[in-house]
Amino acid sequence: MAGADGDDSLYPIAVLIDELRNEDVQLRLNSIKKLSTIALALGVERTRTELLPFLTDTIYDEDEVLLALAEQLGNFTMLVGGPEYVHCLLPPLESLATVEETVVRDKAVESLRKISQEHSPVDLEVHFEPLVKRLASGDWFTSRTSACGLFSVCYPRVSSTVKAEIRQHFRTLCSDDTPMVRRAAASKLGEFAKVLELEYVKSDIISLFTALASDEQDSVRLLAVEACVSIATLLPQEDLETLVMPTLRQAAEDKSWRVRYMVADKFSELQKAVGPEITKNDLVPAFQNLLKDCEAEVRAAAANKVKEFCENLPEDNREQIIMTHILPCVKELVSDTNQHVKSALASVIMGLSTILGKDNTIEHLLPLFLAQLKDECPEVRLNIISNLDCVNEVIGIRQLSQSLLPAIVELAEDAKWRVRLAIIEYMPLLAGQLGVEFFDEKLNTLCMAWLIDHVYAIREAATCNLMKLVEKFGAEWAQNTIVPKVLGMANDPNYLHRMTTLFCINALSKACGQEITTKQMLPVVLKMSNDQVANVRFNVAKSLQKIGPILDSNALQTEVKPVLEKLASDTDMDVKYFAQEAISVPPSHSSLFTPLAAVILEPQSPQRTTTFSPSVRWKVLAADGATSC
Amino acid sequence: METTKLPPSSPSSPTTSFSVPSAEKVDGFPRRSMRRARQRRSHSSSQFRYQSSQVELTPLPLLKDAPVAELHDLFCKKLQQCCVLFDFLDCVADLKGKEIKRAALNELVESVATSRGVLIEPLYPEAIKMISVNIFRTLPPSENPEFDPEEDEPTLEASWPHLQLVYEFFLRFLESPDFQPSMAKRYVDQKFVLQLLELFDSEDPREREYLKTILHRVYGKLLGLRAYIRKQINNIFLRFIYETEHFNGVAELLEILGSIINGFALPLKSEHKQFLVRVLIPLHTAKSLSIFHAQLAYCVVQFMEKDATVTEYIIRGLLKYWPKTCTQKEVMFLGEIEEILDVIEPSQFMRIQEPLFKQIAACISSPHFQVAERALYFWNNEYILSLIEENCQVILPLVFATLYRVSKEHWNQTIVSLIYNVLKTFMEMNSKLFDDLTASYKVEKQKELKRERERAELWRGLEEYQERRMQMLTEAARNQRNLQDPKTIAEPTNRHIDAGAGTFLL
Repeated sequence: MAGADGDDSLYPIAVLIDELRNEDVQLRLNSIKKLSTIALALGVERTRTELLPFLTDTIYDEDEVLLALAEQLGNFTMLVGGPEYVHCLLPPLESLATVEETVVRDKAVESLRKISQEHSPVDLEVHFEPLVKRLASGDWFTSRTSACGLFSVCYPRVSSTVKAEIRQHFRTLCSDDTPMVRRAAASKLGEFAKVLELEYVKSDIISLFTALASDEQDSVRLLAVEACVSIATLLPQEDLETLVMPTLRQAAEDKSWRVRYMVADKFSELQKAVGPEITKNDLVPAFQNLLKDCEAEVRAAAANKVKEFCENLPEDNREQIIMTHILPCVKELVSDTNQHVKSALASVIMGLSTILGKDNTIEHLLPLFLAQLKDECPEVRLNIISNLDCVNEVIGIRQLSQSLLPAIVELAEDAKWRVRLAIIEYMPLLAGQLGVEFFDEKLNTLCMAWLIDHVYAIREAATCNLMKLVEKFGAEWAQNTIVPKVLGMANDPNYLHRMTTLFCINALSKACGQEITTKQMLPVVLKMSNDQVANVRFNVAKSLQKIGPILDSNALQTEVKPVLEKLASDTDMDVKYFAQEAISVPPSHSSLFTPLAAVILEPQSPQRTTTFSPSVRWKVLAADGATSC
Repeated sequence: METTKLPPSSPSSPTTSFSVPSAEKVDGFPRRSMRRARQRRSHSSSQFRYQSSQVELTPLPLLKDAPVAELHDLFCKKLQQCCVLFDFLDCVADLKGKEIKRAALNELVESVATSRGVLIEPLYPEAIKMISVNIFRTLPPSENPEFDPEEDEPTLEASWPHLQLVYEFFLRFLESPDFQPSMAKRYVDQKFVLQLLELFDSEDPREREYLKTILHRVYGKLLGLRAYIRKQINNIFLRFIYETEHFNGVAELLEILGSIINGFALPLKSEHKQFLVRVLIPLHTAKSLSIFHAQLAYCVVQFMEKDATVTEYIIRGLLKYWPKTCTQKEVMFLGEIEEILDVIEPSQFMRIQEPLFKQIAACISSPHFQVAERALYFWNNEYILSLIEENCQVILPLVFATLYRVSKEHWNQTIVSLIYNVLKTFMEMNSKLFDDLTASYKVEKQKELKRERERAELWRGLEEYQERRMQMLTEAARNQRNLQDPKTIAEPTNRHIDAGAGTFLL
């Protein structure tokens, strides 16, 4: 049907191919990216007979172009005439799967995997599987590497003789001469195991797994650890001990830290895969060793898993295992020499309190939390503070508040602005947990001090923080505690602080509501329109635009409009610009238009919101203003 | 946003009122050097961990005092003594033992270097064992994951006081006139070599220097290992190019290869050509090219001098991998091209001049003046100039338009005057062709514009066609939906009008 269109003769293939051959790489790339357009113009017939052969033959090009081509071809099924012709796409993708550049090859394999699903079982055996075989026995390592990713997609849908061949090819690649191919095979081992029948998992996969896990190169061995997770999941419990555990034990004590790191990194998955019994007998001591590893990288990876590991321990003697085996190691890590290890631990340690309960937390964990709150490295302290909610649930935050406050104050005044930024972001959370009284008493001054920080990012975060606090504590609280202070800054001699007032108003007006905005904030903003610094004046215009929707029409007409008009004739170019912008463009106009196409193409899309009355009002006023200008 | 305008009365700009200890001024985060100073341990601990229990060393009699009959026995004992490893991260641990081992290693080095007849067969396995135990270890994780060999200080190996002597011993052992390859090959096998190659990733340049010399000697003396060594180096490079982009010893390995290529027999085996095309040329894509570019260019030129027919592969390869955004690398590529052109055969030059000079023209029009300048310097090279002159008919039309245009619009005066010189040279070479090209420049420009318009037209047509097709498909789909549920079509139409009305009212 697609080829039935009469006007495809308008576009002789030569012209289109010229576009794909353009001397300029960028133009060539653009053409390739629109390959579907070209194919559509040619129709399915000529796409198959002329375009694809051309693409297969002229595969020598820039990698960038090849990458785009490999991606396009994965979505070409309809353009060559549907699933019955999908095998036409195999030749160009086969060449692409052999190129040197990894990203191109990977993309080609991805596309091949995609279109393999569109092959009928017969086509799979006639066209696809021979391609996999050719790749698997290619001369250069690149094609063999690509083959590794294709076995698992065709295996489930072919006959048993072909299955046997595929298994044989995979075996061969697992003991390939080049480490690159062995790595590719090792990384697909788990995936391949999943599609195999259980008997072959036991007879084939296990031996391959064992061989790869004791490869001479650690880069191969560490990939076997990943496969271990999938393989262990597939096997019945009673076989794990003999088939998987020897290899896993060996990996956990590998002489290369990269392999041990991988074990630590995959520990939770491994734990789930081998089940509670083996975890108790084998994984607990292995985990202890990883927590005490001589390489900081390994310790940090293991420390990251402490909470998850403990959570997943069998419940019957979880507490006992943690208290006697894990906690002593954790205690040591608190005073580790490496800050990455400490901060990895700090990011999860609080989670132990929910597992161990109130008494254990107070007796054993609390001292550790307190020690970490005093750690020399700010990241460690931040990680503790950011996870306070877990402890709050178990023992209440009061237990910690004594130490918490100095820690927060110290971070708040840290010389590094990124540290200050991080602690500001936790303020709303802390405020929620500590309660409004504690907050007013101890932390409020800090929040106000950040407003006059010498780094803009901090001042910006501080305004945002105030907004969140108001959302939490309510408008009345805002009116009593922060609004007066914020508005007071409008008279500060430093223009940056005066601008901060405006930024705060922008952020707070919505949370504070119409009453406070109109009665307290608006007068201050309007007064600032006479500021001698142009930056302040154009920010007044921007602020008025922002808070406009919150004000009532009376205030807009009688107070805002005259000021904006005055600013629109300011001597400064930027002030004029922003004042005019505020007059003519309503603040949130984007929701007024829905792209036409979206309406047409997606008739079932949910009803869009119709509550834009404030902005409509604002718009009417602005239009008035514009005419009177 | 507040930097858009600084008022004249600004009391203090944010940066000047900021005072922190100078060490932390950069962005408030500790600088790399500080970070490193604090955690400068961990290096080499992996190896130490695997020694089960610490042995107490007792000093043995000196080799030079030993009676000849006991010399070999004593030598052997000393080798065994040197298999004990020490913890160098704890610099005060077991100082006595460390000193005994150091003295023993010194003696062994001196003995192998100076006295004849020491190296008898039974000593080979002991010596190789001592070397293996000491040098083969999993290299520790880099303390700085973004280690930049050009900017950062490398992390040095803590156990170097012993390690250096072990390497020294190995080197003297290989260089000794008594050294017998036929005996050594039983112990210096493929596995040994593979582990040796892995050590080239060491961050410590002193270690890599020793490894380089040692591997070179091994390659020279143990003929049976040559093919294997080349293959493993290939693997290391391919992994570096396509997988990790990280390997500290690329420059050293290339240096060894430079001298290996020199010794290749002619005609070149296909294995060697493949190495050139599939390994050496793609190495140019590496981010860290600057660290090993000199060695790489040397290898490439070596290949050309061996066999001129590989020239075309090389130039086309370099053009394929020509840097798109990194001007620093572009300058390196241009440097390499000049090195190649310096030794190119005129017949080979003719085969690649067209694509090559298109690229050179592109470089001349680079807004980065160093790139343009480096390309224009080709015209100062007498040999290259003679090649250009011989092929003026082909080359001048390729570069003329660029030269003409850039001479009028480049921002950098040096470039403009260099271009004038080049144009002058061309004028002198072939004034007729030059005049013709000048005359047709405008016409060519017009033609180019026309082609541009035609292209745009073509694509517009194609896209319109696609849109029509899509519309047809959507319509078909909608009709189909209509048939199933007549209510659904009413909704989009209504909403369409809604949205339109909304905008109209506003």
